[in-house]
Amino acid sequence: MEARRASRTVSDPKVRHVGFFTPDPNPHPGRTPLASDAPVSNSLSPVMILPPRQPSDRTAAVPVPETGLRRQTGADQVPVGSYNPSESLLSSSPLPSSPSSRVGLVDGEFSEESGGWLRRSESGNYASSLPDTMVERAPENSASAAPRLESKKSVEVTGKGGKAVVEEQNEVQSSSKPLKAKTTKAERRALQEAQRAAKASGKEGNKSAAVSQGAAPVKPVKQPAQKKDGPPVSVSVVSFDKKGGDRPPEKERKKDVPAPRMQFDDKSRVQKAKKHAVVKQTEARNRVELFRHLPQYEHGTQLPDLESKFFQLDPVHPAIYKVGLQYLAGDISGGNARCIAMLQAFKEAIEDYSTPQEKTLARDLTAKISSYVSFFIECRPLSISMGNAIRFLKTRISDLPLTLSESEAKAALCSDIEHFINEKIILADKVIVRHAVTKIRDGDVLLTYGSSCVVEMILLYAHEMGKQFRVVVVDSRPKLEGQALLRRLVAKGLSCAYSHINALSYIMHEVTKVFLGAASVLSNGTVYSRVGTASVAMVANAFHVPVLICCEAYKFHERVQLDSICSNELGDPDAIAKVPGRTDVNYLNNWANKENLQLLNLMYDATPADYISMIVTDYGMIPPTSVPVIVREYRRDHVFL
Amino acid sequence: MDFQVVVLAGGTAKNLIPLVSKEVPKALLPVANRPVLSYVLEHLEQSNLKDLIVVVEGQEAAVLVGNWISGAYVDRLHVEVAAVPEDVGTAGSLRAIAHHLTAKDIMVVSGDLVSDVPPGAVAAAHRRHDAVVTAMLSSAPVSGPSESGSSTGKDKTKKAGRYNIIGLDPTRQFLLYIATGAEVEKDIRIQKSILRAVGQMEIRADLMDAHLYAFKRSVLQEVLDQKDTFHSLKLDVLPYLVRSQLKSEVLLNGAPQAEENGNQKVNSQSNQVTLSGILANASTPSFHQLSVLGTNGSTRRTHKCCVYIADNSKYCMRLNSIQAFSDINRDVIGEASHLSGYSFSPQNNIIHPSAELGLKTTVGPHCMLGEGSQMGDKCSVKRSVIGRHCRIGSNVKVANSVIMNHVTIGDGCSIQGSVICSNVQLQERVNLKDCQVGPGFVVTAGSDCKGEALAKKEK
Repeated sequence: MEARRASRTVSDPKVRHVGFFTPDPNPHPGRTPLASDAPVSNSLSPVMILPPRQPSDRTAAVPVPETGLRRQTGADQVPVGSYNPSESLLSSSPLPSSPSSRVGLVDGEFSEESGGWLRRSESGNYASSLPDTMVERAPENSASAAPRLESKKSVEVTGKGGKAVVEEQNEVQSSSKPLKAKTTKAERRALQEAQRAAKASGKEGNKSAAVSQGAAPVKPVKQPAQKKDGPPVSVSVVSFDKKGGDRPPEKERKKDVPAPRMQFDDKSRVQKAKKHAVVKQTEARNRVELFRHLPQYEHGTQLPDLESKFFQLDPVHPAIYKVGLQYLAGDISGGNARCIAMLQAFKEAIEDYSTPQEKTLARDLTAKISSYVSFFIECRPLSISMGNAIRFLKTRISDLPLTLSESEAKAALCSDIEHFINEKIILADKVIVRHAVTKIRDGDVLLTYGSSCVVEMILLYAHEMGKQFRVVVVDSRPKLEGQALLRRLVAKGLSCAYSHINALSYIMHEVTKVFLGAASVLSNGTVYSRVGTASVAMVANAFHVPVLICCEAYKFHERVQLDSICSNELGDPDAIAKVPGRTDVNYLNNWANKENLQLLNLMYDATPADYISMIVTDYGMIPPTSVPVIVREYRRDHVFL
Repeated sequence: MDFQVVVLAGGTAKNLIPLVSKEVPKALLPVANRPVLSYVLEHLEQSNLKDLIVVVEGQEAAVLVGNWISGAYVDRLHVEVAAVPEDVGTAGSLRAIAHHLTAKDIMVVSGDLVSDVPPGAVAAAHRRHDAVVTAMLSSAPVSGPSESGSSTGKDKTKKAGRYNIIGLDPTRQFLLYIATGAEVEKDIRIQKSILRAVGQMEIRADLMDAHLYAFKRSVLQEVLDQKDTFHSLKLDVLPYLVRSQLKSEVLLNGAPQAEENGNQKVNSQSNQVTLSGILANASTPSFHQLSVLGTNGSTRRTHKCCVYIADNSKYCMRLNSIQAFSDINRDVIGEASHLSGYSFSPQNNIIHPSAELGLKTTVGPHCMLGEGSQMGDKCSVKRSVIGRHCRIGSNVKVANSVIMNHVTIGDGCSIQGSVICSNVQLQERVNLKDCQVGPGFVVTAGSDCKGEALAKKEK
């Protein structure tokens, strides 16, 4: 967690000190309560922060989005308020009376999307400030706060909020330096907080929950909210408490509950996992420290090794093997395509499957599918869409009536898979196209980034309908996926412009709408997508250009993610070190193994909901705050499908 | 994995003539005292390929090979030995056994391949690209000039492809052009359409066709059925497939195969179209798809011809000439010693415990001395293979040579760079340099030969 926070600091250099440090110093729970909140934290932070992990990480990891937004809109600060409640909960045993109401408020904000500013600020904050850890913490918080909180989700949110609050404080302070106005705000805040802290300390150290809410409103806009909350406990204090209290629990948690995803900086686990690995995985040596928890392997060796084992992998069905190979070689990329390829491979495998004697189809097939899935994971980490599809398939298998004969069961599963592909992907795409086309008007200039198949369909469909618009395809190295899209669009007669992301801010002037694809949409409205998407969304936001995310609902996930560090995928570092076709750009030749050089080729990033005007999905066009509803409904849908 | 393996073991190859004979078909030529075919079979076995079809030209050769295989691999491999008439060529051999082929893909391996390149890699590349044919290429051997035998007729006996001209796409995954030595004397004709589609072609002459192919069975059978005149896989079938890759004819009749060609499902259902569209757009387009796109929707069919280029660190040689025979023997006990399957002594040689060495006889590194062989005094052996039950007199010098089984060598002989087949008798003071001595030949005392092929006249 600490490390992640540090990363966040990167985005807002000034602010970070406070935020980071405060959490890190867990050892000083005592301090947290009352002492001069913000200032103290700041002063402390420098000492604490640096040691925890990696200075280098910061630069790479942190998603930029927060800063831009915050500065732009006063609303940013608002989220603080929301966060605070959570903090308070976490930090201290929450007091039932005042905090509860606030908690409710927080929840309401998330779910209802009521206040535009609230949402934005919150999401922005989380994304930037709250790293992966959030989720982990949330459970703890929830446990403590359970009585108050209606749902775990809310708890999580609050927890995040709490962290965010701390950060915000920091930010404010930091921001003050750059911007005069902000400085004044910051000063004011500091004063307010100090006063509050004093009050809080006098009243109740524990009331933090309420306090936190109050703290959140730190921003001028939200201040009213703070007042409502009443006893604004110093945010910093709260945060301190949390951290102090949190740490031990976190560790325990780790022991109790196996981490949902492998942390690849945990050597013993990695070692264990390796034993079962089919694909020979040599870990890349110079990994960026902030991303050590993600798998990264020497890309050069994997493919030949897997290829040479072609005939030795008896348990892997040829179709599965082929798709895995294509993942590994990068022949198939893109959420939908990977998912479809996987499902089709599963279908083939199921068709060829026969239950061994003395086993039941449901169990044995599930185990088989699991082994296939782990093979896929070795080839390339699963996308969220694939995870959802696998979950769907497994529930279908487990729901099979025992009375079915094997052939019937297989036929049923195959048709289920077909249905999934047709309804959840292809039909969904068509519906999305219908919806999205209504947003395209004559004379529009549409910007898209990378290559999203849904966006492509939208553009082509709109063109077929005779709408007059221009398209700007923004692309980035190293994948240059946009070129393929561009080629197809131009071939169909659309008038296009092509640019790289470096020139984004110059071309954004003329753009009227931004259409982006997504690898996933998370329940806090964060959009997880090809790296660079966040920058595009942020720039668009800065130019007041609406950002429409086109994403099939099967890609939605109930996870909450505030940044792109905790869960991401690392690409081949060579891809960024080498420029294909340019032998003259060879400065990094043979440098990849230098010990003091770390290459980071990140595949995805998380776009905070603040920057997203609308998500176009097969259930209609929704604001990012409505995602949890879809996730909930969609899951039910799964079960009853 | 739905692969079937066909080993083309050849018959009596004409360009190995003094070495091979009715009794020793090419497949059974000893390489480090093991038949060359065993290298292929064991290599396949290592890759877990145990169901093999071995095709031998000529009934008698087939019997010999069959006997040997059943003796050596009785409980390890499931081998079917098929005899085909001589001179049908590789394509003809496959035609003859076509009814045995049922798997989705067929791997065709030449029986004279000595290599440690995993066949799985070829198969995987084949599957990955959904190719019609995948050929394995390796860098041409640098050692001794391969003797380009004048006989070009039998593809089975074709010399190493030293003069192969191979055109590759920039990613080195697709085969755009292939021509072998004989054709190269003339102009090279490269199709404009392919060149236009790819944009850039890399032409290499330093690659050797290892004669290990993966074919899509349906396509292979169709081609073999339709083109009766095709004689050789390498000279006819492969170039044909490569030539026609952008205007494929092979898949037209094979409707059932259409769905295997990922980018062009011709399914009426619009869903299927969208589906394949998504898949096609998401995958890195090969030039095949691009060229189809370029033609504005005309539904031309394409197929892919892939190559797998073996890593330079891998060993890959074909025993298709006398020079290659010496080279392989030398390498297998030398630099590619892991292939031989023997364990080497600290002196880096292999001397069978039952071999007897005379006084002051030295056997250098990279040598092999077979079971029950005897050597007299003051002999020296360097970089040579000596077979079983040879009797070698005193003061004999053997260097860079291969001596097969039951050879008798008189005192004072000097043998360099030669191949001496089984049951040969060398009388005293014979001096051989770069010679091949056929089986059962008797070299009279005191002869001095250089670069000759000595063999009994066949009656």
